[in-house]
Amino acid sequence: MTAPAPAPRPQRSRLERLGESLLEGLIRLSGVSAIVFVLAIFFFVFREAAPVVFSRNFDLWKFLFSIEWYPTSASNVRYGTFALTVGSFAVTALAMAIAVPFGLGAAIYLSEFCGRRLRETLKIVIELLSAIPSVVWGFIALTVTSKLVVDATGAAVGVNVLNGGVVLALMSVPIIVSIGEDALKAVPDSYREAALALGATRWQVVYRVLLPAARNGLLAAVLLGVGRAVGETMAVLMATGHAVHIPGSLLDSVRTLTANIAAELGEAPVGSDHYRVLFLTGVLLFCITFAVNIVADLAIRGVRRRG
Amino acid sequence: MPSAPQSRRRVGLTLAAALSFACAGGREASGPATVIQNKGSDTMVNVAQAWAEEYALVAPDVKVEVSGGGSGVGIAALIKGAVDIASASRNIKDEEIEQVRLNTGKDPRDFVVGYDALAVYVHEDNPLTHLDRETLAGIFGEHGTIERWSELGVRFPGVEDDRIVRVSRQSSSGTFEFFRSWVVGKKDFKLGSRDLNGSKEVVELVGHTLTAIGFSGMGYATPAVKMLGLADAPGAAPVPPSLDAVLDGSYPLARSLHLYTLGEPKGATQAYLDWILSEPGQQVVARSGYVPVPPSARAAAGAGAAAR
Repeated sequence: MTAPAPAPRPQRSRLERLGESLLEGLIRLSGVSAIVFVLAIFFFVFREAAPVVFSRNFDLWKFLFSIEWYPTSASNVRYGTFALTVGSFAVTALAMAIAVPFGLGAAIYLSEFCGRRLRETLKIVIELLSAIPSVVWGFIALTVTSKLVVDATGAAVGVNVLNGGVVLALMSVPIIVSIGEDALKAVPDSYREAALALGATRWQVVYRVLLPAARNGLLAAVLLGVGRAVGETMAVLMATGHAVHIPGSLLDSVRTLTANIAAELGEAPVGSDHYRVLFLTGVLLFCITFAVNIVADLAIRGVRRRG
Repeated sequence: MPSAPQSRRRVGLTLAAALSFACAGGREASGPATVIQNKGSDTMVNVAQAWAEEYALVAPDVKVEVSGGGSGVGIAALIKGAVDIASASRNIKDEEIEQVRLNTGKDPRDFVVGYDALAVYVHEDNPLTHLDRETLAGIFGEHGTIERWSELGVRFPGVEDDRIVRVSRQSSSGTFEFFRSWVVGKKDFKLGSRDLNGSKEVVELVGHTLTAIGFSGMGYATPAVKMLGLADAPGAAPVPPSLDAVLDGSYPLARSLHLYTLGEPKGATQAYLDWILSEPGQQVVARSGYVPVPPSARAAAGAGAAAR
């Protein structure tokens, strides 16, 4: 520009400035609201649970490490959630053992090996898979896969850890695939070109270059899958058989923390100990997912620092 | 291909049509003058729904809205004054009566509208025909030692794993409480049973599990399961689960079905309860798999409970 004299800076009208600051405030509010909501949820859940935590006959050790869950006993009420926690872990671990290899494999295939047109079709189908409501998964678990489990293993009852794990795996694979694929796609093409120029095969490119480079994103994908599996309620309620029992094999029925809340909160009288203990298991669940997220965050940070 | 404005106009027309339709529908829906809210027992939700549908033919200006959730849920709603009628498959507890009084200043009014008989179900191929209470306590009770069918002398040819698969209900259900109190009184059940969420699910799981035993309402029987006769004590003669045995009181696992109102019901609610206790209403009970109140006791079911 060759303006001889600096033009006076255009003054915005008051209305415009007011609008701007208003908008800015609004955006800030929506940013902060996430924190507010998380804290509020934690606060309200804990407030419902608090009276029982601070009551004299409550034993935190027993709550966490006793397997005896007798919330409606007529003579000796016991609230031990250990079997439920183990049930949640067992089902989630199995689901991840199935879903992680399949999910990451599919992500690698989609981003590196698959033709453009097939990729678009597959992505749409995978997104459809993640749109199936969990109750529908529960139905499938109860009516279809449970019978397959009986036929395949000869188990007496088809609703068990294996059944729940398979269904949860099916539910979390789409998440792992779509986030994993994004992570792999985010690796700059120059990495691939450099590796190929050095004479690496396609497979070497994937596991020597792409997987290390996309480690953060892939870890995030897996952990979001874990979160989906731990938090799932309706499908596991219908798939696992709902038995308070430490599983000795894949063919035993279990009950998870989430399913237990879903099944019992409806009939627990509001304000009773049972009701409050169910909220406390909600807090426990919150702590577990919180711990998983923190570990994930730290892991990603660690990876980033090294990388 | 239609041009954009054209298709927009079409959308507009469709919208208008939908709106006018919705308005018309709305007017029709607001037709019934009174709505009766009925909430409670999952055991009774089928029969309550059947009553509501049948009653809509008798009295089109009254709409009965039925929802389940459990006996406790229904009574909790009654305590809040959120429903007109609470259905319960158990007697209202003293502390619940107290809460009703505190919250609403009224006494809950109890109507016995039928009987539910629980049956102990096994797979149809199970050779067992009856059990006594002590054996059931051994199977279901907390320190019970019976774990395998062979301990009861039952053999399934070709089946290696003859562990008894116990099928139960979630511990807050009225059915569970009723069965537990009959089998072990105030004691508890063993952990590790499959606690299902509905009466139908229990029968279904028992129906396709050879080594299973479970309990559920008599009305849910299917050809795939068998109901066992029950005896109160090891030596006593087992009573087969039949309507007669329920009515004459010899069948041990039967209970009455209740509807509770806040105070003496009035107007539409009263008419509805009278109808339920009349012949057509009781036929609905029988059709739903429950046992109707015998004609001689119907007047008492309506009036006698006022003394409670």
